[in-house]
Amino acid sequence: MTAETTEKSSCQITVNGTIREFDGPPHTNALDFLRSEGLIGCKEGCAEGECGACSILVARSDRQGTRWTALNACLLPAASLDGQEVITSEGLGSVENLHPVQEEMANRGGSQCGYCTPGFVCSMAAEYYRPERIANTAVIAEHGEEHRCGPNGFDLHSLSGNLCRCTGYRPIRDAAYALGAPDAQDELATRRGQAAPAAVSTDITRVDTPTGSTGRFRRPASLDAAFGILAEEPETLLVAGGTDWGVEVNIKGARARSVLAIDRLAELRQIHFGEDYIELGAACTLSELERLLAGKIPLLGQLFPQFASRLIRNGATLGGNLGTGSPIGDTPPALLALEADLVLGSASGSRIVPLAQYFTGYRQTVRAAGELITAIRIPLPLAVLTSFQKISKRRFDDISSVAIGYAVSVENNYITKARIGLGGVAATPLRATATEAALEGKEWCLATIHAAAEQMAQEGTPMDDHRASSSYRKAMLKSSLERFFAEQLARTNAAKGEQIS
Amino acid sequence: MSQLSQRPESPVVGQRQRHESAAEHVTGTARYTDDLAQRLTGVLHAYPVQSTEAHAKILGLDTSGASAIPGVVRVITAADIPGVNDQGAKRDEPMIPVDEVMFYGQPVAWVLGEDLEAAKAGAGAVKVDYEPRASLITIKEAIAAQSFHGIKPTIDKGDISGAFADAAHVFEGDFEFSGQEHFYLETQNSLALVDESGQILIHCSTQHPTETQDIVSHVLGIPAHEVTVQVLRMGGGFGGKEMQPHGYAALAALGAVLTGRPVRVRLNRTLDMTMTGKRHGFYATWKIGFDAQGKILALDAGLTADGGWSLDLSEPVLTRAMCHIDNGYWVPNIRVRGRIAKCHKTSQTAFRGFGGPQGMLVMEDILGRVAPKLGIAARELRRRNFYAQGQDTPYYQPVRHPERLDAAWQQVLESAQITQREAQISEFNARNENTKRALALTPVKFGISFNLTAFNQGGALVLVYKDGSVLVNHGGTEMGQGLHTKMLQVAATTLGVPLSAVRIAPTRTDKVPNTSATAASSGSDINGGAVKDACEQIQARLAQVAAGKLGVPAHEVRFGNGKITALGKSQELSWEEIVRDAYFQRIQLSAAGFYRTEGLHWDLSQMSGTPFKYFAYGVAASEVEVSRFDGSYTLARVDIVHDVGDSLSPLVDLGQIEGGFVQGAGWLTLEDLRWDTSDGPGRGRVATQAASTYKIPSFSEMPEVFNVSLLDKAHEEGAVYGSKAVGEPPLMLAFSVREALRQAVAEFGPAGCSVQLASPATPEAVFWAIESVREPSLIEEKVR
Repeated sequence: MTAETTEKSSCQITVNGTIREFDGPPHTNALDFLRSEGLIGCKEGCAEGECGACSILVARSDRQGTRWTALNACLLPAASLDGQEVITSEGLGSVENLHPVQEEMANRGGSQCGYCTPGFVCSMAAEYYRPERIANTAVIAEHGEEHRCGPNGFDLHSLSGNLCRCTGYRPIRDAAYALGAPDAQDELATRRGQAAPAAVSTDITRVDTPTGSTGRFRRPASLDAAFGILAEEPETLLVAGGTDWGVEVNIKGARARSVLAIDRLAELRQIHFGEDYIELGAACTLSELERLLAGKIPLLGQLFPQFASRLIRNGATLGGNLGTGSPIGDTPPALLALEADLVLGSASGSRIVPLAQYFTGYRQTVRAAGELITAIRIPLPLAVLTSFQKISKRRFDDISSVAIGYAVSVENNYITKARIGLGGVAATPLRATATEAALEGKEWCLATIHAAAEQMAQEGTPMDDHRASSSYRKAMLKSSLERFFAEQLARTNAAKGEQIS
Repeated sequence: MSQLSQRPESPVVGQRQRHESAAEHVTGTARYTDDLAQRLTGVLHAYPVQSTEAHAKILGLDTSGASAIPGVVRVITAADIPGVNDQGAKRDEPMIPVDEVMFYGQPVAWVLGEDLEAAKAGAGAVKVDYEPRASLITIKEAIAAQSFHGIKPTIDKGDISGAFADAAHVFEGDFEFSGQEHFYLETQNSLALVDESGQILIHCSTQHPTETQDIVSHVLGIPAHEVTVQVLRMGGGFGGKEMQPHGYAALAALGAVLTGRPVRVRLNRTLDMTMTGKRHGFYATWKIGFDAQGKILALDAGLTADGGWSLDLSEPVLTRAMCHIDNGYWVPNIRVRGRIAKCHKTSQTAFRGFGGPQGMLVMEDILGRVAPKLGIAARELRRRNFYAQGQDTPYYQPVRHPERLDAAWQQVLESAQITQREAQISEFNARNENTKRALALTPVKFGISFNLTAFNQGGALVLVYKDGSVLVNHGGTEMGQGLHTKMLQVAATTLGVPLSAVRIAPTRTDKVPNTSATAASSGSDINGGAVKDACEQIQARLAQVAAGKLGVPAHEVRFGNGKITALGKSQELSWEEIVRDAYFQRIQLSAAGFYRTEGLHWDLSQMSGTPFKYFAYGVAASEVEVSRFDGSYTLARVDIVHDVGDSLSPLVDLGQIEGGFVQGAGWLTLEDLRWDTSDGPGRGRVATQAASTYKIPSFSEMPEVFNVSLLDKAHEEGAVYGSKAVGEPPLMLAFSVREALRQAVAEFGPAGCSVQLASPATPEAVFWAIESVREPSLIEEKVR
């Protein structure tokens, strides 16, 4: 295997400029580790990545320099930070010398009870240091429309994963919009120009209390090393971002005996623009894809802002979202509509599986023992008419009751191809094949849409739960096509309007 | 102006001050109860064994499995309680059940471990043998079974039957609406230890330290003077830490006594959501009569509060709901009958507004539903029924300053350009088939004071040290609402010193005893009165000292900004100098302050009296945009004018108004508290028991445009420095969002259609409401 999987005594993590040692059981999350080190600014509000009270800044590579990346500490294995640099609210500033973000938050009434505040401060600081914020004060795509950033380029979506129960958010927004650019002496701003810490091969084994069984955390140095471990120990749990791992550990008490972190493997982090397809490395985070694709796949461009929150997207990977096999993941409906293929690799080679054939049952897939998703391929050319519809109670940071991805081609006002991906309406994500058939070859008009809507209402087997009733889910399927049609019409009209003006 | 409400020259109250802990908040250095555990050694961690039945007899409890787990130190059961096994106020709430579990998730035993992992594993190894009993989960089930507890009060004023006979229009209906989870970001926390003197010290995230002390004392069977409760600060309370912390504090204290080691009880989010009480949902029935002009003649209403398994605060919550069903409207003839359903759920409790929002919601729902039937715009119908000078409430309290509601309404109409925007909205709606907009105004009138007169008292202990520095203790607790900030401003104002000279001490029951809960929005009123009293006592003594030095009578001495002067004298003394002189003259430099709210009386048996010192008023206008495809909506703009009297601290008050509004909007639109009502094995379980399933407002629910102003000329004679309470009333401004949604839904239907809207008005609820007005015939089969 790799040279560095020899016995390491512990993990070395640089927190606020000081090296700290992590020497606990591998299931320990970064939140508990930081608190045990006396860094009490890191708060547990939910322990499942929903509230952001544990947000911290991690120095991550953005392929040019370092990007201060806000992450939920509750969802990060502490061991995954081996060799990394972390900044907490305590490290940004002090009571006597507040950081500009802290100054604005304090002076504008951005804190009341103060419990969520350190997390807000970290998320806000990440956006404060985002290089594009300073360069680009324009707009970013969302829902196929545009959403406005603050006058200083501050994107409020960067705070979508932080909950506050006291303020009603207005003063926090005003604090965010009042931020200037970091000054020349700002060390964290300067740090961005240098390389981020490289991933460190890690292999720690510790005994858990009170069970007495051992837990092992490994970060392999290469993809081949990962394949080797998987071949020998197919039961090893793959962690590709940790946003699901953390929930399993914190909420459900899962204690995997062996964890393999694959999120930093260079082989899984490439984006390739080919003639016939665009290949997305499975370990690219959703935030990276959002930034690096920059709207090149418009359907994904519409999806990303609706996918959980910035805090989650900074950690979660595309491969991870597919690897869990969840029926309510938000990427499958879009990727199904795009007719994506998965590249599954193992020690014995790789194979291509169409996503439509990947899911076999509730959290079941065709991925075999020893295999992992290495890449996702989006075939070209892309359909022109696309839309991602997410039905949920809350617009930011919620789980879909129903999610629908559309990729439709229309030529001479006839539908030549329709691909529709559905989530939340069955035990797996699925294609609405009967509806696709009802659309293809028909005229692109409201009558066709209405007729196909009846078919769409029959797709899947929606159920009742606390998110939505089955009848609402059915109704959403039914109304979806009309909404899609109305959206495309509005877009066409807007484009015409632009041409005229 | 009264002596209580009058401000000196250049007061510190009224200045815009940031939260006194703001710098600590933003740097992550502000400590909360659970942050104190790591300062101690040998702390034990507690974890509960939760009931897996909604209602059952406990046939047996086998803890041997837990004791076998490494790191488990002790299991605590009901048999370990030396005193009274009760954590409530009504002695109907066993802290650990002896033979019967009353809700799914109820703790039936607790395990103490060297670490949380051990305690958790221990809890998992405790075996409980249940004999399931029939359970009542929904309020409708409880009503059908005639399962009620506590009081059944009635308000009866005027002649409703005569009035209904005279009415030009009579409508009837019913309305069931949901409760709300507090979702304070900091969950319930207690840390108990036996200190070096043998005193039981409990650090607790509690809004009611005195009651925490009382309950720890009776659970342990020791006098109150052996128990001290300290509250540093809370990470949010909202009423959820008024009664709920006591049992956990008592458990921690009991563990500390049994083991001799500090014990930490920290509920994680799921434990908190499955074990603690919530805002009461209600079921209301009503009949209302109007005259030909649309003036309310009579209301006959029945309110059933969903109380859960024990009474907790359900009785006063119900009382306040009944006392607020009028909101800002004159109802000359009225009967309201109240009762509390008993069912197998968490015991519902105080939550910001304390029943007031529930009572008012019934009236706002009625007006929103019947306005189209009366052919009167909802905005006009509301305005037409406002109280006028000389009218009194259903409980016979004269309504003072009703003109302030008129003024606030008028101010919103003008500043929010309501008529112009209504015209723009009509034009937008005519052009758009799939998206509709609407704008609604609603008023708030909210009574301030605890309904129970005895609770309207506050205490303080102000200490001036020889160097002139001042330490303020008071009976109120800080949960983010800015009470400490206001108390610092009150103390600095009264003493005439700069804010920097004054420091707040953590709230402790051994400094200020027998306090009332920091609740009912009364924190600043009662504690501010007490702080002011203590400061005035000290100042009067110092005035004597200064008078001697300045050669003037004491009443001519003036204190301000750390300087002491006298009328017509150029000599100026410093605060520090006078304090030092006073010490050497053997003048006492500390004082205990006390305040009671004057003029209150309340007869619960008649539901009449003057329970409230004054009313807080406010008006909100909300504009929404609704999509018919999925019922989703956005809150485009909100304009609020709210009455805080003469503000003690404008930034703090603004924060309370905005935060209360958004929390209210969360209750009414988004926060969907679900219970497993099936007959399956999870019956009675809270189905939304985590942040991933229970959604509180996030940035996406913040109004895109949010304009808030404080009502001008709002001096309140009856409260400290002319201010008014602000904690709860703004929550109810959020009715405007719900009413705007209703009106937007109506835009999808035929002109003048009446809309029934479920609460919370989630996108799904709005979608079904739209369907009901678009295709009324189809709705029957679709309704869940």
